[in-house]
Amino acid sequence: MRITVSVNGEEHRADCWEGESLLYALREKLGFPGAKNACEQGECGSCSVLLDGTLVCACLVLAAQADGHEVTTVEGLADGDRLHPVQQAFVDAGAVQCGFCTPGLVVATVDLLRRNPSPSDDEIREALSGNLCRCTGYAKIFDAVRLAASR
Amino acid sequence: MTQVAGRLGVGEVGELVPRIDAPPKVRGEFSYASDLIAPGMLWGHTLRSPHAHAAVTAIDISEAVSMAGVHAVLTYEDVPGQKTYGLEFQDQPVLAIDRVLYHGEPVALVAAEHPEQARRAAECIRVSYELLEPVADMERATELLDLHPEKPTAGHGYFDDPRPNVVRHIEIHHGDVAAQGDVTVSGVYEVGSQDQAFLGPESGLAVPDGEGGVDIYVATQWLHVDRAQVAPCLDLPLEQVRIHLAGVGGAFGGREDLSMQVHGALLALHTGRPVKIVYNREESFTGHVHRHPARIWCEHRATRDGKLVNVRIKILLDGGAYASSSTAVTSNAASFAVGPYEVPNALIESTAVYTNNPPCGAMRGFGAVQTCFASEAQMDKLAAALGIDPIELRLRNALKPGDVLPTGQTITGSLPLAETIRAAAALEPPPAEELPRDILRLPGGAGNTTRGEGVRRGVGFAVGFKNIAYSEGFDDSCAARVRLAPDGSAEIHCAAAEVGQGVTGVILQVARTELRTDDVRLAPIQTATVDSAGSASASRMTWMAAGAVRDACRAALAEQERRPGEAIDVERVYRHAPTTPLHPQTGQITGERAHVAFAACAMKVVAEVDVDLGLTRIVWIGAAQDVGKAVNPQQVEGQIEGGTAQGLGLALMEEIQTRDGLITNASFTDYLIPTALDMPPVTSVLIEDPEPGAPYGVKGVGEPPTVVSTAAIVAALRDATGRALERVPVRPDDIIGL
Repeated sequence: MRITVSVNGEEHRADCWEGESLLYALREKLGFPGAKNACEQGECGSCSVLLDGTLVCACLVLAAQADGHEVTTVEGLADGDRLHPVQQAFVDAGAVQCGFCTPGLVVATVDLLRRNPSPSDDEIREALSGNLCRCTGYAKIFDAVRLAASR
Repeated sequence: MTQVAGRLGVGEVGELVPRIDAPPKVRGEFSYASDLIAPGMLWGHTLRSPHAHAAVTAIDISEAVSMAGVHAVLTYEDVPGQKTYGLEFQDQPVLAIDRVLYHGEPVALVAAEHPEQARRAAECIRVSYELLEPVADMERATELLDLHPEKPTAGHGYFDDPRPNVVRHIEIHHGDVAAQGDVTVSGVYEVGSQDQAFLGPESGLAVPDGEGGVDIYVATQWLHVDRAQVAPCLDLPLEQVRIHLAGVGGAFGGREDLSMQVHGALLALHTGRPVKIVYNREESFTGHVHRHPARIWCEHRATRDGKLVNVRIKILLDGGAYASSSTAVTSNAASFAVGPYEVPNALIESTAVYTNNPPCGAMRGFGAVQTCFASEAQMDKLAAALGIDPIELRLRNALKPGDVLPTGQTITGSLPLAETIRAAAALEPPPAEELPRDILRLPGGAGNTTRGEGVRRGVGFAVGFKNIAYSEGFDDSCAARVRLAPDGSAEIHCAAAEVGQGVTGVILQVARTELRTDDVRLAPIQTATVDSAGSASASRMTWMAAGAVRDACRAALAEQERRPGEAIDVERVYRHAPTTPLHPQTGQITGERAHVAFAACAMKVVAEVDVDLGLTRIVWIGAAQDVGKAVNPQQVEGQIEGGTAQGLGLALMEEIQTRDGLITNASFTDYLIPTALDMPPVTSVLIEDPEPGAPYGVKGVGEPPTVVSTAAIVAALRDATGRALERVPVRPDDIIGL
């Protein structure tokens, strides 16, 4: 089937097999590999994107379900050469090691700060508890969220 | 000795510098192995054994090979060269030949246009198995059917053990092994099998070069040793196999052994098309080796005033189906069994066995994690038996330079252990929080099950140490190549694998420091342009890469002085001081040293346990780590925080569950790793006591926090519950119903 989906403000079309996830379509058909595949079952948040402004795991959404909808991926956050404030905070705070979880965490943080511009530490932990990171122990990720919120 | 606060600078050694790879990673533009594409690319898929132990009597590929979109279906018969491979011993088949020894062992390969076509074709391969009784209990392995009667690890200078299924057995006899003390404490401890659970599953792209050779772009920890294993299987000379580092989504030891490298290359060479293989999470759980499950019997004898007299420890490690690096893990577990304490007499036995359980090998901490958990529990038991404060007991026995290890090796380098212990002990945890409170800060969190009526608080302390770099006579080297252009710019070639630990930043910091220029770039990491860097393992890569890049930079500058204005291109190979093997009968050193250096970490933990629910909340962790020299303090802290989290996982939740050798929890739904809600704040203090003989005085920093945090966390749970808690991960049933 053919789907039409707006990714980061631009319309894209792709031929998809019915069983393909939005994550597969983004990564393999539409040229947006920023969202990562790490668990295929919505446990790790590495594939987090915004679907019509709502934070979703792209591995749990069928490509067909995104037909006619708007998707924002990590690639759509920076303003040209200027990083999004959340991205810049992740760089400055040392919140990136291997970085495989980073795109998902950046998108989840953007979503959190839009809903709650000055979250408490507990709210940060709760909001990011669906995004697994194996390298950092999360401490510098929390620093990055607080830094982005303060800016 | 200083406590380091980060300093902002231009990026020389010791300065806090943002990672060069962070901007592309936060943008989603960093290319991981699973992101690679090539024109005409096919997708590879691996058919794996559903059985832990079976004879393979026939493989029928006729249906699979004729399916739409399928370009190749390969079995062991299609492996043109050596049919087996291995990191140290070539005992593991590229594809199963006439038997399978573990659940998930590769049996056949498919390449197809679409990954789903490849998966479905693999399902249509008919493999005839005759099921065999699995050897699943490591304690009985030495009495059961010998899985490797050909003894692949024999003849390498190890103790010659005639029992079936022994990968390696080592005994360390130190002093009078019968010496008695005034007080004796004993215990039996168990550690479950942990998975590295890196976020980026095994992936790679193999591209045929049209002339019989192949380029493999893969997430790995050691490019050159991959090449050394891949080329013989493909029956190709080394030059025709080029390994390139693709973006690595974490490693932690799990990418030391091969995963898709030979498989992808076989499919690519067979089809003449690029082939990409990406494991899913379930496959990843069977696609790499794990941390050895262990059972450890301990007896500590001490004087009444708390000096260790004799420590007797027996360690049993389940190596799983193939050798991988079990021989080195066996010896490391023995070397560090007593912990960082001076003991005049010791008898330590360590044995790894083959079973039909998932193969085990390298994981962060490498044998020292398991023994630290056991020996630190013993130190607490001893402190209680003697009525001595546990930290004071550790200080009374703490190793220092000049002391002798149970292997007979004298510590000649840096080991500021007492300072490290005191620094961690001095860290003040936050005061106990009153009830009632926000449920997110209760064990069990948002479950809203209680108001905290059953919460007990405990404080634990532990110390651990481990070797840095490769040991026991391994020729441990790292090459770096420096090219200086007439315009003053520099290009560094070093095959050190950037696995997330930040070694590319270290290399650039060293180059900027030595060359006195900012105009330095790191060339793509590959086998073709520079010699081996060794593995990004054993907390060695910072030390080794710093040494190699420093030496190559200095040689390049000297060459530039001789030939000013010309392009300079020099390569240098760095080696740390040589080590020698342990004696096969006595476990004593056969030269000056078996290990080149040591690093320690001490940790204090505050835990809350809800003894009604069996749930735990770690409240706070304070760590002091002996780091030699912090090349980039922000990154060192990140290693301590991340390494601590992995130890927390082993303490509280992480275990690969098996039933008769079959993994039953191969997903992130069933195998839990710590989330943002599980990790407490970690306060870390860096103790800088330069390692003599190491470039800039560095030590490795990745493993010590993982070695100690499991032990420290469980100590806090024991304090909270009064239970012995001799097994990790601690289960809810272990801490309820006080």
